[in-house]
Amino acid sequence: MGGATAGTASQRGSAAPARPPRPGLMAGRAFSFWLVNYRRNWFGSAISSFLAPVLFLASMGFGLGALVDAGPGGPAMGVAYVAFVAPGVLAATAMQTGVGESTFPVMAAVKWQRQYHAMLATPLTVVDVLLGHMAFIAVRILATAAVFLAVATLLGAVLSPWALLALPAALLCGLAHAAPVFAFSATQERDTGFMLLFRLVVTPLFLFSGTFFPARDLPPVLEQLAYATPLWHGVDLCRQLSLGTPEAGPAALHVAYLLLWFLGGLLVARRTLTRRLQR
Amino acid sequence: MSVQAPPGGALRAVARSVPFPLGAGLAWRLLERNARSARRYWIVIASGFFEPVFYLLSLGVGLGALVGPIEVEPGRSVPYAMFVAPALLAASAMNGAVFDSTISVFFKLKYTRLYESVLSTPLRPWDVAVAEIGWALLRGAVYAGAFLLVLVAAGFVASWWALLALPAAVLIGFGFAAVGMAASTYMRTWTDFEFVQLAVLPMFLFSATFYPLSTYPPAVQWLVQATPLFHAVQLERSLLLGDVGWGLLGHAAVFAVMAAAGLVVAARRLDRLLLS
Amino acid sequence: MTSPAPAGTLAGQVPAGPLIEARGLVKRFGGFTAVDGIDVSVAAGEAFGFLGPNGAGKSSTMRMVGCVSPPSAGTLRILGLDPVHDGSAIRARLGVVPQRDTLDEELTVRENVVVYARYFGLSRAQSRAKADELLEFAQLTERADDRVEPLSGGMKRRLTIARALVNDPDILLLDEPTTGLDPQARHVLWDRLFRLKRQGVTLVLTTHYMDEAEQLCDRLVVMDGGRIAAEGSPRELIRQYSTREVLELRLADGVAGSEPARVAELLARDARRTEVLPDRVLVYTDDADAAAAEAEQRGFAVVSALTRRSTLEDVFLHLTGRTLVD
Ligand SMILES: Nc1ncnc2c1ncn2[C@@H]1O[C@H](COP(=O)(O)OP(=O)(O)OP(=O)(O)O)[C@@H](O)[C@H]1O
Ligand SMILES: [Mg+2]
Repeated sequence: MGGATAGTASQRGSAAPARPPRPGLMAGRAFSFWLVNYRRNWFGSAISSFLAPVLFLASMGFGLGALVDAGPGGPAMGVAYVAFVAPGVLAATAMQTGVGESTFPVMAAVKWQRQYHAMLATPLTVVDVLLGHMAFIAVRILATAAVFLAVATLLGAVLSPWALLALPAALLCGLAHAAPVFAFSATQERDTGFMLLFRLVVTPLFLFSGTFFPARDLPPVLEQLAYATPLWHGVDLCRQLSLGTPEAGPAALHVAYLLLWFLGGLLVARRTLTRRLQR
Repeated sequence: MSVQAPPGGALRAVARSVPFPLGAGLAWRLLERNARSARRYWIVIASGFFEPVFYLLSLGVGLGALVGPIEVEPGRSVPYAMFVAPALLAASAMNGAVFDSTISVFFKLKYTRLYESVLSTPLRPWDVAVAEIGWALLRGAVYAGAFLLVLVAAGFVASWWALLALPAAVLIGFGFAAVGMAASTYMRTWTDFEFVQLAVLPMFLFSATFYPLSTYPPAVQWLVQATPLFHAVQLERSLLLGDVGWGLLGHAAVFAVMAAAGLVVAARRLDRLLLS
Repeated sequence: MTSPAPAGTLAGQVPAGPLIEARGLVKRFGGFTAVDGIDVSVAAGEAFGFLGPNGAGKSSTMRMVGCVSPPSAGTLRILGLDPVHDGSAIRARLGVVPQRDTLDEELTVRENVVVYARYFGLSRAQSRAKADELLEFAQLTERADDRVEPLSGGMKRRLTIARALVNDPDILLLDEPTTGLDPQARHVLWDRLFRLKRQGVTLVLTTHYMDEAEQLCDRLVVMDGGRIAAEGSPRELIRQYSTREVLELRLADGVAGSEPARVAELLARDARRTEVLPDRVLVYTDDADAAAAEAEQRGFAVVSALTRRSTLEDVFLHLTGRTLVD
């Protein structure tokens, strides 16, 4: 990105109109494009993003939960299984929304419908395009998480008012996945990579990152692996808040780790997207 | 020479409805085309094998430790993993068949317009329907076979009846693929696929897949029994656990009916869509 | 098919009569009539063209002939067979180049031809041999193992034509074979089509380029609004509906005394016919140079004067009052 953009205050006053605007400043325009686009197509993802997590909660939390609570491992959980699994599904849903929104839509905008190219034909920079889209993804994650959290609360699966903080936690968890996946998507020529990503990365994350059962029940090697995943940190953070048992130290660590993935992913995404769009 | 359908039309339609491959010799050729293009994304196809295996590990092994044994018939309990494994086999037969027959057919119908070029050759819409469903079944059979091997290796299979679990999985796939293909001919945009999700996901989660039917109150049990996946799960569970009776034929009949009805509707609709 | 000795045959030999015969052929889409009762007859070995502007009903006609669109009324026989009942058997002997390429982008260039040959029932070995031969013919041998997606428009078009030839068709249907191609690519394609014609393949093509029609067609119909406006060889049509020569005048804007309508009226006295178009005046006459001289003599504000021979464009203009390519 150009060094020509760093202007002093006095220079800014004399504002030569030809001077390229600061990258990132016009991300709002890209954001509003995605928002308008979403208003036209929201139904296309309504069931998978709003209904699916609630159905998972009902099936796992209540149906299977009845067996768990009566089973040999039930008492060791300390809480009803549904209260254990709800924050897990919350974090996992945030991840899935984040990943879903930064795979096919990104590919479409790069290649199939070329919306990014249309944006770049205006004064917008690649950074604007990236941040604008990422802001939209954040809104999608937030909306999905909020609806789920509200339903889970109504169903009595949320035990503490701390759960309000689980909303930003879920958002962070979703973004921590969305940003690196965005970076990956910008390098892809075909959707083959996405299929592999979903089947070999997202599904195992969903199933083994402490979502449905504690990671400590995994074999030792897998347990350590689970602790390295951002999803586990998102799940644990949401769970502490939802159960009303937050601990400052571990929570801060979770937040820091998730931020690391998000910001690191953004940096890489800026590189890969720039390379893709300006070649 | 009139352009109206001749009186023999109905007969002809029946003759063409003879099951694959009798009524659709050239359908093989389209199947071959699919196999050829699949060579380029074999790794995606191979990855499909892992989905049920991951679920089995997570639910069967991880959650299984929390759940404990499940009573499958009076006086007989099995580990949770053995209880859930047949359900995963049935559900993955459904998911694979539905995916192959809806999204990928819709894509070829509307986007790549593959069938447009196929139909300017001697192939007919019927051949297209048969070939695409055949392709879905072929893939489904390979996945089911591989998953069964995993179950055998893990010691989750209790009976020789399990040999029939493979053809049963193919039959289940046939039913869902035919209905899925018929449904995809009604789709206008990608948005409509949310309705497919709406049908498939609740079945996956609630058709006595992850816990026994008796968990539900009686009124709900009745509803669960009305879903096709419930019958698929019962069929596979009985075969894998060796709990076999004549009732299984009833479960199997559900899919035979779905397959026949789906095929007829799909071929008709394709006729109308492609030969307009 | 009730006649004791059906004229049509499935065995591959060409029937004695016309290969394509349409009587009162109609295609309706809902309440809209795209093809409005046309009579067409194409003989073996002929190169036959449908010339017409956008929406004339050319593609609709081609799709009916290609047996992928049942006629709404009228009769249609292709190779002596009825397309509604014997569509599959007829298609086995047609080659189809649709208006929009429908190449299989998941396959390579060679695989596109091989797989297509397999659809026609050719054996694997035959299909491979055919593919090599046709890729050579289409000058695509070097790209044989590339994916289709990155090919240029002209290459894709040639591949589509090559693909349409896998079954050694009796009739090749080409729907706007060269639209969207640059002049050089068009000439390459025309050259390939000439060769096919020499080999005795019956060509049926649509176009809205009169030069293409003049180059390729032995006989053609001018279509407009779903109907046939005229029929004949390019020369006959020009002779019948136009003059030998044409003068095209472009006039300066807003010069009193040189209004297009007035110019046309005055020049019409010595010419057979004049047409006023938005950007020019056309004077149909047997001696265009004389007309040009007269225009100069009368002192019109002529920006440019071009004398040329009549083309099918002029025929079309005469028949329909509209230009072909608008
Ligand atoms: N499937 C269809 N449904 C409804 N209308 C159709 C359909 N196909 C064609 N039409 C209409 O029929 C008319 C003739 O279309 P057709 O494609 O045959 O024209 P054409 O001569 O090939 O034009 P072009 O030069 O633009 O290709 C058009 O008005 C078109 O909108
Ligand atoms: Mg056309």
